[in-house]
Amino acid sequence: MKKYTYTEKKDTRSGFGAGLLEAGKKNKEVVALCADLTGSLKMDAFQKEFPERFFQVGIAEANMIGIAAGMTIGGKIPFTGTFANFSTGRVYDQIRQSVAYSDKNVKICASHAGLTLGEDGATHQILEDIGMMKMLPGMTVINPCDYNQTKAATIAIAEHEGPVYLRFGRPTVPVFTDPDQKFEIGKAWMVNEGVDVSIFATGHLVWKAIEAGEKLAELGINAEIINIHTIKPLDVQAILTSVTKTGCVVSAEEHNRLGGLGDSIAQVLAQHLPAPQEYVAVDDSFGESGTPDQLMDKYGLNSEAIVKAVQKVIARKHARG
Amino acid sequence: MATNIQQLTQTASQVRRDILRMVHACQSGHPGGSLGCTDFLVALYFEIMHHDPSFKMDGKGEDLFFLSNGHISPVFYSVLARSGYFEVKELATFRKLNTRLQGHPTTHEHLPGVRMASGSLGQGLSVAIGAAITKKLNGDTSLVFSLHGDGEIQEGQIWEAAMYAPHNKIDNLIATIDVNGQQIDGSTDQVLSLGSLRAKWEAFGWEVLEMSGNDMADVVRVLHLAKAKTFKGKPILILMQTEMGNGVDFMMHSHKWHGIAPNDEQLANALGQLEETLGDY
Repeated sequence: MKKYTYTEKKDTRSGFGAGLLEAGKKNKEVVALCADLTGSLKMDAFQKEFPERFFQVGIAEANMIGIAAGMTIGGKIPFTGTFANFSTGRVYDQIRQSVAYSDKNVKICASHAGLTLGEDGATHQILEDIGMMKMLPGMTVINPCDYNQTKAATIAIAEHEGPVYLRFGRPTVPVFTDPDQKFEIGKAWMVNEGVDVSIFATGHLVWKAIEAGEKLAELGINAEIINIHTIKPLDVQAILTSVTKTGCVVSAEEHNRLGGLGDSIAQVLAQHLPAPQEYVAVDDSFGESGTPDQLMDKYGLNSEAIVKAVQKVIARKHARG
Repeated sequence: MATNIQQLTQTASQVRRDILRMVHACQSGHPGGSLGCTDFLVALYFEIMHHDPSFKMDGKGEDLFFLSNGHISPVFYSVLARSGYFEVKELATFRKLNTRLQGHPTTHEHLPGVRMASGSLGQGLSVAIGAAITKKLNGDTSLVFSLHGDGEIQEGQIWEAAMYAPHNKIDNLIATIDVNGQQIDGSTDQVLSLGSLRAKWEAFGWEVLEMSGNDMADVVRVLHLAKAKTFKGKPILILMQTEMGNGVDFMMHSHKWHGIAPNDEQLANALGQLEETLGDY
């Protein structure tokens, strides 16, 4: 089993900010728009470096999405930035018509996704955004797991032609992926090989899955851990290869159980390789105020929950014979 | 009548015939607003804009037009076809299965001349602002035009965009509102009154012009005036007074023809009022 360690914790939104600056340096067509949350989105470095390519739109997210769509005509590559809630639900129709249906090269970058926004509470803690975005034809949906991966993903989407939803978060979390990684959209990352169960995790749940893997090893369970950073297009082959070997699945995500990564995986299994699956996800509810750690514990999004789900799904696998 | 005005008026007559025949053929679509905006779109595409019918999505170095009130697609499609973006015979496929001429305009079927989907109202002004910003970033001095319905500006996004453009001196943009005073459920005054549009847009910081939208000479005059006012620090807004259903007597003075098609008899009656100037498709 590969051992993962970390020396520092950083927020994934800062990975986005660093990646955006890098993307801006690599390609002068990259522009950025923000709806009055420049500091929260860590877009200030880009703003400082490229003031003429940064557009403050005020608290007007619908207008921001429309302007971004229009800016692609003539070759710009717009990155929009606001909280995940205001990046998706608030502007769903604008994204649907002016970005996705119109096939515009807009990168919708969404911070403060999920419960780990913390104390602001449920109005800001969107748990439905992956579902909304993956439903849109042609939309790429990415949810990286740490600072380095978020930075690499941000650089990668600038080089990808087509609309993208990039989801990241507020809290500081362990930095454990390679700082020099090449991010490949749509390609799952094998975190740890195993034979007893496949754990497919995305975003902040990847580190929790690594912690769970260590606890499971102590219990004699050899878990395969795969990071699905790209929820759409889904790496179907990686899922099928793993589940052919392990025969059971746990999906883990900071999202509603309905419509997230787990459902995408369940659909693949139902179609190609029926197998028992357990979900580690929010059970169709809104969040609430609290610290990120308190919320992740209360809503069952921690390594203990993953361990329990693994034990349950392995029992189900054995019961099937 | 000046020669160019006479020619534009003749083109407009043919476009009105196209509109009626298109909506009649599929028994659906929006003739009322299309007829009302015919003179404007004809003037734009045949007189005012520098544009290239060989069509490149990027539109660098040419003037761009965005139709925000996408339901008046019949007039848009007819003007695009008559300008040479695609063959006029394709107008016969409007709203039919496998057509590029979808009920509301889209880039999805790759119809030349369309750069953005519209239909869900209120989005086109933001898009036009975005395209205008890119022109500025690219050092491209051509212009961006957009058209909106008066009912459409009940959408909140319009006012987000209305606030943004003057603040950011988007002065290479000429937006036009089709003020026909009608929407699906009745007059705009009955449904949700718009108040003084001039006062509203001026208060937001726009340069406001007024135009008689079914008088070709006035349309051309005001559009030239609008162009002369670009690059002076303010976005330009034209309040265009039109008559829904203009050109067909029984379609005017009512919101009834917003979204229904004429029957055979009504079509014959309507076509009898409009000269076939360029040949029906």
